[in-house]
Amino acid sequence: MPADFYYGIEVVLNGLMAGVMYALVALGFVLIFKASGIFNFAQGVMALFAALTLVGIMEGQVPFAHLINATFGTEIHHFGWHVPALLAILLTVGVMVIFAWAVQRFLFRHLVGQEPIILFMATIGLAYFLEGVGDLMWGSNIKTLALGLPQGGARWIEDATAGLGGDDFYGFFIDKLDLVATLVAIVLVAGLIAFSQYTKHGRAMRAVADDHQAALSVGISLNFIWILVWSLAGFVALVAGVMWGAKSGVQFSLSLIALKALPVLMLGGFTSIPGAIVGGLIIGVGEKLFEFLVGPMVGGATENWFAYVLALLFLVFRPQGLFGEKIIERV
Amino acid sequence: MSEVQTGYVTEDGRQIGDVMLDLRAITLRFGGVEAIKNISFDIREGEIRAIIGPNGAGKSSMLNVISGFYVPQEGEVWFHGKKRPPVKPFQVARQGIARTFQNIALFEGMSVLDNIMTGRLNYTKSGMLAQAIWKGKAEREETENRERVERVIDFLEIQAIRKTPVGRLPYGLKKRVELARALAAEPKLLLLDEPMAGMNVEEKEDMSRFILDVNDEFGTTIALIEHDMGVVMDLSDRVVVMDYGKKIGDGTPDEVRNNQDVIDAYLGVAHDE
Repeated sequence: MPADFYYGIEVVLNGLMAGVMYALVALGFVLIFKASGIFNFAQGVMALFAALTLVGIMEGQVPFAHLINATFGTEIHHFGWHVPALLAILLTVGVMVIFAWAVQRFLFRHLVGQEPIILFMATIGLAYFLEGVGDLMWGSNIKTLALGLPQGGARWIEDATAGLGGDDFYGFFIDKLDLVATLVAIVLVAGLIAFSQYTKHGRAMRAVADDHQAALSVGISLNFIWILVWSLAGFVALVAGVMWGAKSGVQFSLSLIALKALPVLMLGGFTSIPGAIVGGLIIGVGEKLFEFLVGPMVGGATENWFAYVLALLFLVFRPQGLFGEKIIERV
Repeated sequence: MSEVQTGYVTEDGRQIGDVMLDLRAITLRFGGVEAIKNISFDIREGEIRAIIGPNGAGKSSMLNVISGFYVPQEGEVWFHGKKRPPVKPFQVARQGIARTFQNIALFEGMSVLDNIMTGRLNYTKSGMLAQAIWKGKAEREETENRERVERVIDFLEIQAIRKTPVGRLPYGLKKRVELARALAAEPKLLLLDEPMAGMNVEEKEDMSRFILDVNDEFGTTIALIEHDMGVVMDLSDRVVVMDYGKKIGDGTPDEVRNNQDVIDAYLGVAHDE
């Protein structure tokens, strides 16, 4: 086998890993869209906010420090303690649940029955609001997320595969962090599926996603389910924020990962959890392979646009995505 | 006027109990339109109560008031001798009032079994974690829920389609699944909005039999809206007749049948020149 073949495989593997990262973001969109028909533009900012909050809590930062100092003329920035990672994660989940409740209570409860485009606009407003709150609460400097996640290439994979493609081939380079992300994503998806299939609230969630009126008639509180769904989306955002934050630092450009989720959703369909995963993988592998095979011919940097062009093609030929519900209007 | 203590015995010898649901002077408006005008009637325990009337008479609106989907501007709803504060539909369901819809509201993406299981949601009390890891109390609950659901499935003779996604079922069976979901909740009061609309004669006979059996076997009180007069007269113990949002008749099928206002509303009335 020529070395190029193994390089190709390495590209595919790395593409799959990247795809997992995209899928993590897309998952949050699917959860909310399925249950409430809201396309949540704020999902990326939620990931940013969750990551900021996690770092802030871990490092014992005083929330709203700048505001407090400016108002009272004090000089406090840190509590002076460090919170262990696990406890900090739990506290962050708590913050995301409160956020979910507030979104429902102060925003969407007042927009019941509005057009989807109005709800979408509301989430754009929410995105910028949340970005501002994140800034005000935790400051705008770039933070490093020190969760102790492994970084760098996995040497054992490299060693095990070295020499496969001849003497020039040094083995597959796989980032350890990507491996962790894959593992986390698998656990997360398995958890979400188990939750929605086997628990009371999961069943209620599916019911609400399917038919509001029928859900009400069997005693399901829509309000409660929506808070639950936004909390879950907040949790997924936290996971995505942690993974992306560990990869590229917790900074405000993190909110832009939402844009990477869009083509994933076009491919996978807006209403399918497996679709979000498969869509993410296809985009990840597709853009890496395209860059590897076609990139050199067109001067590279195809990764910036490949996903969107693929999404456009899907919009033209299969608008419901690979797994989305068919749009059939019976007359 | 409704007397509170005593019931009555039907022609076929069933004992009807106290007033379960009492609607007092209900008025419902949509903007300037009065869908229900000052209507009062009651539903007694164990009864099959029909609401009939021409199209647009306000029958479905009435059912929606009872099930909490509409909140009337005026009037009171009394349930089990207590005045009901303004409530949400899901709270009404939790109080033991189940319903079906005129245009069928099922969870199309789920299987028949899953649909019916949603009727048991309010009987599942154990926490999320316990359910996820499937232990003790959660397991017992799940068994109880399954028993009730299986009984309902047997009862309505839908064993053969239990795993089928509801979206693939024909209309008549969907109606039956919707009834099954309502029954799974062990309701005290069952509201049926045109349970036989769009059915052929055979399906109507089946559905009539089910309604009578539900009432007989589970002792469920039933209020139903129906257009087929033959069916209504056969099934119901007492009938409320509505026309243009007003109540124009209330009594046993025989009484209603001979009521001049009702005859006029259904057959039209010759106006004096």
